[in-house]
Amino acid sequence: MSLELLLFFILAAIAIATAIGMLLSRSAVYAALYLVVNFVSVAIFYLLLDAPFIALSQIAVYAGAIMVLFLFVIMLIGLENLAGELNWRQLAWPLAMGVILLAQGVFLVIQRVGRDVYIGQTGTQLSDPSLMAKVLFTDYVLPFQITAVLLLVAMIGAIVLSKREKPALPNQGKEA
Amino acid sequence: MVPVSYYLVLSAILFSLGALGVLIRRNSLVIFMSIELMLNAANLAFVAFTRVHETFSGQIFVFLVMAVAAAEVAVGLALVVAIYRSRQSVDIDQMSSLKG
Repeated sequence: MSLELLLFFILAAIAIATAIGMLLSRSAVYAALYLVVNFVSVAIFYLLLDAPFIALSQIAVYAGAIMVLFLFVIMLIGLENLAGELNWRQLAWPLAMGVILLAQGVFLVIQRVGRDVYIGQTGTQLSDPSLMAKVLFTDYVLPFQITAVLLLVAMIGAIVLSKREKPALPNQGKEA
Repeated sequence: MVPVSYYLVLSAILFSLGALGVLIRRNSLVIFMSIELMLNAANLAFVAFTRVHETFSGQIFVFLVMAVAAAEVAVGLALVVAIYRSRQSVDIDQMSSLKG
């Protein structure tokens, strides 16, 4: 077994274990922290797949920004304890559907296992961020700019949604 | 040398765990986290295919998915906070006032 394969299996075990831990944890804070470990292990997968820029943005955006936002809201609302939320008797149908979904995915992969591609040495320099930037700013410049608009709209939406409704002032009519 | 199908199976497992999380948890914050897990599973498949086909399109798609996920989380968590303010709960079974 090569070193890369061994690393793959260790990381896959960590990723799956943390995902299950997130599903079953009774505390929302622990669920968020499990998810951070999961994101970091996926980032290392990206490094294995020659995508260092994506790996670092994964850590910065997901493990950094998004999970901090989650933890901030959990602390703000004060929902650390979720005891008794999981009802084991109602789990049969969701579990069956999850297993069916997994079986379908794995079946589709196994079907093409005969013509499987091994990830070895590559000819092009996939890990070079400047080459990726060249493609991003030429072929994909329109989606990139739409993303900018989307982020602006999301920011305005979040501010509007989280603004507290002010009680109407008694002398509001006079000042206008 | 890792076969690409290993990455795809791992991606399928993570996606199924995320879908299972959406189905079995009732706390809307944990459901959000499960959605992030599913997005990550899809991203992993994208990057694996990028590596196989040796083009940058998959990596760029992952980059855009990250931006969309950040926007989604910002709006979604603002919604959760707004709902919590009016109902004092984030349990999705109690968010049924549109049910009629």
